[in-house]
Amino acid sequence: MKQIWIITKRELRSFFDSLMAYIMIVLFLGFSGFFTWLFGGDVFMVNQASLQSFFGIAFWSLFFFIPAITMGMIADERKSGTIELLVTKPVTDRQIIAGKFMAAFLLICIALALTLPYYITVANIGKIDHGAVLMGYLGLLFMSAAYISIGLFASSITGNQIVAFLIALFIGIFFHLIFSLLASGTTGWLSSILSYLSLSTHYESMARGVIDTKDLIYFCSIIFFAMVGTELALSKRNLTN
Amino acid sequence: MEVSVENITKTYGFQKAVDNISFKVNTGEIVGFLGPNGAGKTTTMKIITCFMLPDAGIVKVGGLSVLDHPTEVKKHIGYVPESNPLYKEMAILDYLAFAAEIQGVPKSMIRERILEMVQVCGLKNERHKKISELSKGYQQRVGLAQALIHNPEVLILDEPTSGLDPNQIVEIRELIKRIGREKTVILCSHILAEVEATCDRIVIISSGKLVADGTATTLRKQAQNKEIVKVVIEDGERNEIFKALQLIDTIELVDLLPEYTQAFEIQSKADANSRKAIFRLCVDKGWSLTEMTPVERKLEEVFRDLTINN
Repeated sequence: MKQIWIITKRELRSFFDSLMAYIMIVLFLGFSGFFTWLFGGDVFMVNQASLQSFFGIAFWSLFFFIPAITMGMIADERKSGTIELLVTKPVTDRQIIAGKFMAAFLLICIALALTLPYYITVANIGKIDHGAVLMGYLGLLFMSAAYISIGLFASSITGNQIVAFLIALFIGIFFHLIFSLLASGTTGWLSSILSYLSLSTHYESMARGVIDTKDLIYFCSIIFFAMVGTELALSKRNLTN
Repeated sequence: MEVSVENITKTYGFQKAVDNISFKVNTGEIVGFLGPNGAGKTTTMKIITCFMLPDAGIVKVGGLSVLDHPTEVKKHIGYVPESNPLYKEMAILDYLAFAAEIQGVPKSMIRERILEMVQVCGLKNERHKKISELSKGYQQRVGLAQALIHNPEVLILDEPTSGLDPNQIVEIRELIKRIGREKTVILCSHILAEVEATCDRIVIISSGKLVADGTATTLRKQAQNKEIVKVVIEDGERNEIFKALQLIDTIELVDLLPEYTQAFEIQSKADANSRKAIFRLCVDKGWSLTEMTPVERKLEEVFRDLTINN
């Protein structure tokens, strides 16, 4: 646990040292703020004291920002060779991956924490459903965790950041959009399977304020499988023929 | 703490990078690990440092196997990989603090260790810079500092002086020698002069196989089972001397050395000694033998012989 935290601290510091964190936070707040307060279906247009419009926009902006955060986390270490130095320290591959996951997750938490003023503002101008907001944030956190693990997996199978970014988006778009589109085009058991696989189904049910163990199992299994894949990709160096 | 490598093999695709290599490095010994490019040096180092597992065989560091106790083994090793990879965006002191923490240096000791490393590795004037702002030589020192921060008992250096200027090379070598008094050091290199200057013992591998293991002197002897002497014989006619020398039955080859008129390089047959015979010949013929010196082969030649024949 201590080793994981040491790696997390270093990764976080390196996000802030390389300005990555600032750019990501500013862009995220800019986007979500613009669409929540100023443009399109914003809070005033909807004329309801809810953060639905914010959760809708965050759903998409995090989808693009997370791969940008995770793309270099392993690919870059592999390219520059620092992975060799890290692996030869007294840590296991799993601790390295967990540390990196935590760092990206904490960065997202910081970004989301900075949107809390939106909540405070809306709560002051109308009667807000506090439970729905809490669940909305929880949904965003679960979704972020799922995409971070997918992003880390993508980063672990290549030495090129851009390729890692594209692979993460490619895998992500299935969960984000394609499965739900396919589900609406089919019927019967196929439709229900596809709809279960779609991340938006689970996110939306959480954003409405409903939490179900089905949703939790769904997010946790994405994280689990992506992490196992990442660990396998990292340990490929040990393969024998 | 000793490092013993026992019959390790590692294959990449169809190519055997390391093929059944065994050697042992004792406590307090500096061993040079030599070989041409692509001989499997770096792969061997990666296996010893637990970066990857061997396909077969075992490596033990201080009696602990890298297969069963990698985390324990890693605690005792300081490693500077081949291209000296570092987190370039970090500040030196931050990076050293990270290296110390992850190596499990107690919190109260971290500051002290960092200051000591900055001192030992000569980073004092640069200590507030980012790693990316340093020249290659200073980056190399940061690499050494992070490897030494937890006072490891085994130090593994993969080409530690590549890219340094001659002054820095001398400094780093001095540093390695100083460290090597108490620690076990494995130094990978293809620069022979460096290995000869710093190491107690030399291990040479070629195409994944171990071809030699011993001190520089024994390697020379081992490679040179035929005695070679240079002689200068005066007061005689050159061709006559040449012919007479060739008639001695322990001599295999006589060479005229072009730079001196009366000098010859004589190679004896395997395991034979012809110095006495040459002396007697001179006495019999009334020539004066003014010089007779054994020719010692350069380590470069030994290296070439060992690695090209395979």
